Amino acid sequence: MMVSDVEATTTAPALDIDALRRDFPILQRRIHGKPLVYFDNAATSQKPQVVIDCLDNYYKHYNSNIHRGVHTLSQEATAAYEGARHKIQHFLNAKSPKEIVFVRGTTEAINLVANSYGRTNIGQDDEIILSEMEHHANIVPWQLLCEQTGAKLKIIPINDQGELLLDKYAELFTPKTKLVAIVHVSNALGTINPIQSMVKIAHQHGVPVLVDGAQATPHMKVDVQALDCDFYTLSSHKMYGPTGVGALYVRQSILEDMPPYQGGGEMIQWVTFEKTTFNEIPFRFEAGTMPIADAIAFGTAIDYLQSIGLDRISQREQALLHYAEQQAADFPGLRIIGTAQHKASILSFLLDSIHAHDVGTILDNEGIAIRTGHHCAMPVMQHFHVPATARASFSFYNTFAEIDQLFEALHKVREVFAR
Amino acid sequence: MSDLRELYQEVIIDHNRHPRNFYKMEDATQQIDGINPLCGDKITIYLKVVDNVIQEASFQGTGCAISIASASLMTDSLPGKTIQFVEAIFKKFHDFITATDKPTNTEELGKLNVLGGVRDYPARIKCATLAWHALHAALNESSEPVSTEDKSL
Ligand SMILES: Cc1ncc(COP(=O)(O)O)c(C=O)c1O
Repeated sequence: MMVSDVEATTTAPALDIDALRRDFPILQRRIHGKPLVYFDNAATSQKPQVVIDCLDNYYKHYNSNIHRGVHTLSQEATAAYEGARHKIQHFLNAKSPKEIVFVRGTTEAINLVANSYGRTNIGQDDEIILSEMEHHANIVPWQLLCEQTGAKLKIIPINDQGELLLDKYAELFTPKTKLVAIVHVSNALGTINPIQSMVKIAHQHGVPVLVDGAQATPHMKVDVQALDCDFYTLSSHKMYGPTGVGALYVRQSILEDMPPYQGGGEMIQWVTFEKTTFNEIPFRFEAGTMPIADAIAFGTAIDYLQSIGLDRISQREQALLHYAEQQAADFPGLRIIGTAQHKASILSFLLDSIHAHDVGTILDNEGIAIRTGHHCAMPVMQHFHVPATARASFSFYNTFAEIDQLFEALHKVREVFAR
Repeated sequence: MSDLRELYQEVIIDHNRHPRNFYKMEDATQQIDGINPLCGDKITIYLKVVDNVIQEASFQGTGCAISIASASLMTDSLPGKTIQFVEAIFKKFHDFITATDKPTNTEELGKLNVLGGVRDYPARIKCATLAWHALHAALNESSEPVSTEDKSL
């Protein structure tokens, strides 16, 4: 059954997986006496030493507040923080660094758009198009906006493979449609959505598009100009960077007209008790002291990803996914949830009628970390009439041998429940 | 695998596969939902209480083996018991599965002893107590759904 890591990646210039794994100290851990097999990358990825060192280096050598000090430390910190913004800009191929706003993560990015853009541009009886496969982070902020404004949600349905029904999507547009908010890669199903053609359709109706890219940026090249989307969100912690930071891309012409989201220091130009004038973009949206160290280390994580190469990462992860799906197809009692034609390296599944939590506990006993539950995508669970699934999500640092271990452990799960 | 067998004892596997008292009670005097928002699980507990004594108990819903077996064992243990007695057992049961050291003198808990294995799996304690928290709320005349994430639990 076992394929060597070299054989399976012959199409790409071979990655030295052993060397890459050594970049991640946590992969040396043992869990319940067994080597850790980390298959919960979609929840959060592990961090390479360079990212850990970057945080350490910041606090040891140039910790200070940014944009407001004349002293050396502040200048160094400001340069590093703005440097990270440039790295994100180039990573996404955005036109200008002014289009990149630092936020806490995808969740805050979407809330920012809902509160700032949404409240100014979306009103009573207007319509927002979402899909059935959205993460709660791309549902609830819009529901809150609807409650405040009287706007309505319209939902793009999915088929039983977990793919969007694009003809239904095209039919949802009306003169009242004000925004499309759609996930790039589904965290519950792995589906990669055809964003480029969906944006084209929306723009034909004059409707802007927000893309939740939380699960896309760790796995593939993303070019916001090629996609032609208007908003794009990402989370550092899913891309081998620290928690607590992420980015929101907004097309400059739209961002210029957006009102502030939160008030405070840093986002102003001039304050009197009569009137405050606001700072320029993107600073207008970064009120208060930001997670400076984390933003800088997010930039380091992007350097790290690019040093490996997104193309090679995609190729490696597709090989892992393919290998896992082949084993899954032959595995008794296993049903994959999410069998779209275009998928990222996410395998959601059910085993017999065994609840995902029981699967998760038994796998943990074998040192294997997977996610179990509804994956913050309850409407997806409702579509498939299941309360929960087990989900293994693969990173380039995972191995074919680890996938073999997963399926061996799944045999143990069946043994426990066969009694 | 030894401690896994401790968690997934045969009685638990059996109650999960063939839950006892698994039906909707049409003439229940109390009915309440217990939900675990972290996993999306939901069970409904039905009770018929007459003069402070539980006459009949049943449940329905979806959940993991631990939560289904616990609800099954719980509903099996209730008929004929007074509310005060059941509340006292709940407290004992809760202490039993959350204690750091394996407690002694647990004969009173009878069949519920098979759930002792969750003590070593802190992430699963909520599964074992979901039905009991719902029961507790029902006996206190609440009809609001009970969540494992309520801070008071
Ligand atoms: C598709 C998707 N959207 C949004 C989020 C929320 O991201 P964060 O928790 O980093 O804000 C996640 C994370 O689980 C996700 O997978």
